[in-house]
Amino acid sequence: MVVNKLSWLIGGAQGSGINVSAEVFAKACSRAGLFVFSNIEYHSNITGKHAYYRVRVNQKPIHSPIDGADLFLALDRESLFGDVDAPYPTHRGHIEQVFAGGGIIYDAGLGVSDDQFGRDDIRLFSVPYGEVLKEGLSRGGVDYEPRRHDIMRNMVSVAASFALLGMKMDEIVLLLRERLGADRKHLVDMNEWVLEATSDYVHERYGDDFPVHLQGIDSRATPMLIRGADASALGKLHAGCSFQSYYPIAPATEESEVLTSLQGEFPITVLQGEDEIACINMAIGAAHAGARASTATSGPGFSLMAEGIGFASVIEAPGPVITIYQRGGPSTGLPTRQSQGDLRFAVHPGHSEFPHVVLAPGDVQETLSLTFKAFNYADQYQLPVIVLMDRFLANSFWTVGELNFEGLKVNRGEFYEPNGSDPYKRHKVTDSGVSPRSVPGQPGGQFVTTSDEHNEFGKISEGIPNRHAQVEKRMRKLAQIERDAPVEDRWELHGTEDADVTVVAWGSTKGAILDAHHVVEREGITVNYLQIRMLRPFPAEAVATILKKAKMPVLLEDNFEGQLGRLIAEETGIKMERMLLKYSGRPFSQNEVETGLLQAARGEPQRIVMSTEKSGL
Amino acid sequence: MAIATDVKPADYKTDIHPDWCPGCGDFGILNAIRQALAELNIQPQDVLTVSGIGCSGKTPHYIKSYGLHTLHGRALPVATGAKLANSELTVLAMGGDGDGYGIGAGHFVNAGRRNLDMTYIVFNNGVYGLTKGQSSPTLRRGEKTKSMKEASIQDNINPIAIAIAAGYTFVARGYAMDVKSMKAILIRAIQHRGTAIIDVLQPCPVYNDLQTAEFFAGRDLATAIPRVYKVEEEGFDPLVHDPEDGDEIIAKKVAATARSFEWGDRIPIGVFYQVDLPTLGDGFDAYRPDAPATAMHKQAQPGQDMSPVLGRFR
Repeated sequence: MVVNKLSWLIGGAQGSGINVSAEVFAKACSRAGLFVFSNIEYHSNITGKHAYYRVRVNQKPIHSPIDGADLFLALDRESLFGDVDAPYPTHRGHIEQVFAGGGIIYDAGLGVSDDQFGRDDIRLFSVPYGEVLKEGLSRGGVDYEPRRHDIMRNMVSVAASFALLGMKMDEIVLLLRERLGADRKHLVDMNEWVLEATSDYVHERYGDDFPVHLQGIDSRATPMLIRGADASALGKLHAGCSFQSYYPIAPATEESEVLTSLQGEFPITVLQGEDEIACINMAIGAAHAGARASTATSGPGFSLMAEGIGFASVIEAPGPVITIYQRGGPSTGLPTRQSQGDLRFAVHPGHSEFPHVVLAPGDVQETLSLTFKAFNYADQYQLPVIVLMDRFLANSFWTVGELNFEGLKVNRGEFYEPNGSDPYKRHKVTDSGVSPRSVPGQPGGQFVTTSDEHNEFGKISEGIPNRHAQVEKRMRKLAQIERDAPVEDRWELHGTEDADVTVVAWGSTKGAILDAHHVVEREGITVNYLQIRMLRPFPAEAVATILKKAKMPVLLEDNFEGQLGRLIAEETGIKMERMLLKYSGRPFSQNEVETGLLQAARGEPQRIVMSTEKSGL
Repeated sequence: MAIATDVKPADYKTDIHPDWCPGCGDFGILNAIRQALAELNIQPQDVLTVSGIGCSGKTPHYIKSYGLHTLHGRALPVATGAKLANSELTVLAMGGDGDGYGIGAGHFVNAGRRNLDMTYIVFNNGVYGLTKGQSSPTLRRGEKTKSMKEASIQDNINPIAIAIAAGYTFVARGYAMDVKSMKAILIRAIQHRGTAIIDVLQPCPVYNDLQTAEFFAGRDLATAIPRVYKVEEEGFDPLVHDPEDGDEIIAKKVAATARSFEWGDRIPIGVFYQVDLPTLGDGFDAYRPDAPATAMHKQAQPGQDMSPVLGRFR
């Protein structure tokens, strides 16, 4: 019997309740004191297309998905066998992902015979969803009507898994009560009857010898189960951000929805703009007028924002903070899928040359901290700051014991104090490149500035000495940031200084790398990991020093070109020869990182591309 | 807020001279803005002018207040963000007809539906002056100004009609060479609680040889009577007297829209439509009745305690 180490997967048509099922399951495990990682894969579609949700549970911290499942819950036939009969098939279902000794919970009503599964090394848990529903409802004196009640089939499935895993139904009932609210008590009651009936059915028919069990750990304080999108929203609120604009776009919208829902509790104005051009300019206007302001989007929206970035930088606005949730591109691309394809765009987002900052958090805690700090960089250096997130980080849930707000101190930068005689120079040339700012409404601080090249007063100027002075002044901010920024904001070398393999990566691949490196080390290969958090200004000196010492640097990225590698070459002259890449629109799993690093350590080939193309999922 | 002292138009003058061409309508609009702000006794530090790109975009440089000369077509969203961050500011957005009705058309329409308390002034001369005289969205089909190679084969838009349809709660047309009436309209626009738009007809003496000052003055007509006339002096009532009355709103919108198509020997200026409706700020205030959204940037307390909301993630 394996205890508290589980990979759980639910598949079904979008709109059939897999999100609720998986999120309730994940939270129930988290509340039981276990560490949870969960993430969804779904199509750009409202109802009908195949989606699946993975929940990984462990006694120790885990940070990434793994390939394969101990227990697979199929809500429909396509989840089992794929869409192979469709005109343009895309996947072959999840059966082959189930570990030997694992099991599949499916609806007896699908009429699938055991031999159709093609596996004799797994257990099949056929549950008659309709009959169980009927039995459960009858316990509360309710007549089963398929059209009204079949929506609860997903809960039958979750309850069956809970029963097999030896968990009690109480926590699920409690979570449903919280989710549905007191005014929908009847729905909670119905679910409760159905959960009990399912539990009884499963125990009676299948016993309790499923090889994986979960046991709650009571001693632990209730941990948080949180997405990157939530952490970003919290970071913004904690930083005192009072304005956020957004245009609906996957996978960035969740963050703005969280902020919108908190408008009653925090002084923040969240406005849906007519397009991303409006959104960035609204945020610039708000920043200019004194607010800590931000916007959130994904690649296509950021394409529209390009002109705004240069504008914010040239007028030396204190921000905005732009949170980019990368998704598969180019163009509309894979709207709901993972990618790290926008690094080079974020680093070079507009025409000409101007200073800006790009930060790339690797997990939820870093999302909170770097998002908070992004506002400090914006205010202190009066430039736009990009926080480069991605779909995986946005929508996956991680268990964190407690978010750490310590050490997050607000710095709003230098303000202008009128001295009564000198006229105010909004763009005063200084050694740091930063000119003390005033805020509209402030007596004695009046200024006009412009997207045109301007002089120290903000007046349009095309003269050569002034042009030199202003370009150099603005660009000096980057050097000043390099001097000021703490190392932890810029990069971190995880593990020992000296290792056989040095993984070089950025962003949300962090979880899979941290989870995988223990496994790789068990094979006798030592691994360390250089995580780059600040992509602009780039920590060129530190990266060059580490890479020159590294025995075998391996670039790891969720894109085709190895964009960080190209940036490293641009900044340090060092060419990254070995790379482990993925551009399927899916995040790296722990297993893929393990496999890839072992392959890289063996030497060939230099460019390894990871893909789950076999199953199509 | 500043201490109430008598503000004079000269207080809004800057030390640099506009680089507009002699005879440009921009001068009239600039003077009207300075005069209106002074007459309303608004302190220069409480004013934020936000402009787009083009000759008109330079206007903030000639007004001694806070000013921001933004991107082509983007004055309205920048102004929107600024006003939402600090509702105590008097925000004047401004730009040309190409800026607002061409590249910024999406913002022009959507600002109407928000009804944030600010004023939008469109310098409408029918051409893209700064790029040497191409046709703008308000030049009519078949018209050919002097630097165009061929007559326009695209229709013009009717900004007054669009503004009314888009939901602007104060819609007016001004004439740049009539500074007195322009100032009067501006005062009403700034005082209006909601988004006010003023489409200002103006000559471009260099590139538009059709809609010239002489044309607006009707000097080519047999009667030599000015084409431009004040619509409200002819009994037109733009005001919705009962904003709760949906029928009155529709009737006033229809009447104003019909009037806005009048063009040729007679061109109406003045206020076409005005209604008092809730603003975007009112909408935001409703989220937090205890702490209105006004001057949001002053309320935000960085580093505040987050623990009350962390429970929802457990």
